[in-house]
Amino acid sequence: MIVIRREICGYCGACVSVCPEAALELVDAYLEIDAEKCKNCSICVRVCPLGALEVSDEE
Amino acid sequence: MKSEYDILIIGGGPGGALAAKTAAQSGLSVCIIEKRPAIGAPVRCAEGIGEDLISEFFDEVDPKWISAKIERAKLIAPDGSAFYLDPAMAGNEVGYVLDRKFFDRELIWQAVDAGAECYVRARATDAIVEDGRVCGARIEYGKEKYEVRAKIVIAADGVESKFSRYCGIDTTVPLRELETCAQYLMTDIDIEPGVTVFYVGRDVAPEGYIWIFPKGKRSANVGIGISGTQSKNGKRAKDYLDKYVKENFPEGKTIELIIGGVSVCEPLDCTVADGLIIVGDAARLSDPITGGGIYNAMYTGKLAAEVAAECIARDDCSKEALMKYDETWRNSKMGRALDRNYQIKEIFVKLEDKQLNAILNSVNNLAMKEFSTLTLVKELIRLNPRILKDLAGIKKYFE
Repeated sequence: MIVIRREICGYCGACVSVCPEAALELVDAYLEIDAEKCKNCSICVRVCPLGALEVSDEE
Repeated sequence: MKSEYDILIIGGGPGGALAAKTAAQSGLSVCIIEKRPAIGAPVRCAEGIGEDLISEFFDEVDPKWISAKIERAKLIAPDGSAFYLDPAMAGNEVGYVLDRKFFDRELIWQAVDAGAECYVRARATDAIVEDGRVCGARIEYGKEKYEVRAKIVIAADGVESKFSRYCGIDTTVPLRELETCAQYLMTDIDIEPGVTVFYVGRDVAPEGYIWIFPKGKRSANVGIGISGTQSKNGKRAKDYLDKYVKENFPEGKTIELIIGGVSVCEPLDCTVADGLIIVGDAARLSDPITGGGIYNAMYTGKLAAEVAAECIARDDCSKEALMKYDETWRNSKMGRALDRNYQIKEIFVKLEDKQLNAILNSVNNLAMKEFSTLTLVKELIRLNPRILKDLAGIKKYFE
């Protein structure tokens, strides 16, 4: 699953625009991931300008 | 917040504000919602705009909106060689670096003065769609949830746009066509006031560029955009920016970190649906070469409201009726520039540094009659007929 490192995330929304599943949503100053929609493609992890998203093995 | 308006606008940036102002001026009831608690912040922008473009919307440009006037641009090749782009007439301004915190607020103030209602920290969580027709939005505002209906909804919700998706339109930006960006607002740095600087090259900014946009005599937006496919751990936009800043402005002070994404893909296949118009970055209308999107958002925001007013007067808000909006912007100067610049970008992002050096070294300082990427590219082609073979397919854009 994708994990958001909130201390790094700058809630810019770059990840939201590339998510093919529309699983990400920027709610003002925090980012949300809809675990049901997310297919772990990790495009969001790549695009983040700060490196705030990570793939975690934990379910 | 009422339960019904003529027009509901999602997003309080320049596109939404121009739509709200224009619609309210034509006597329609207008509601504009912004999910953030403040208009104009956080800034997600390098803030540059052409002088002629901004004057299209205002009789007078308020000095408060302007951080710096731009008189020339400087382009730096991968090998470090540089040349200047000047307006043909000395003393002419080519553009402004805005203060978006003031500018965006002022635009919303104008909309509210014209009669629009504005709600901040109000977020659309879904679209109301009935029989395939967009009829409004579900909105969270404070502790309450609202259902707001409208004859036409204008989606002006920017690069992270979700509203069109709620309506069933896929707006996903391909990873390679999303420029991932980081920018510092820096002070106490040695810059050339009045000069915007652009660095290109695989090492400094793969499939993107570094920019310096002056905000004052010794302050500037110093930023970078790189393609999403070039972004990885240790080589993210901020990593490239930090490297550049450490080498070039080691004494500079950073007073703001700005990050964001800019789409450089083609516009959406269709920017209207029954009861829906999509404008600005949400419609993927930022310029594929420069990434600039302020003018395009304002132009389409205004146009959307004009077409919406006509359609509401005729009591026909179908996709067919709203297509006038889509057709008008595609055939406009802006639409043609987007089309052309996309084709040019597709060629330029594939060039090796060696080729870029050869092309850019062929140019001496350049006096430009019209300050545009088109004029620059025409000159580059004239000086480098060899690369014309790559451009053969898009030659029609230059005739």
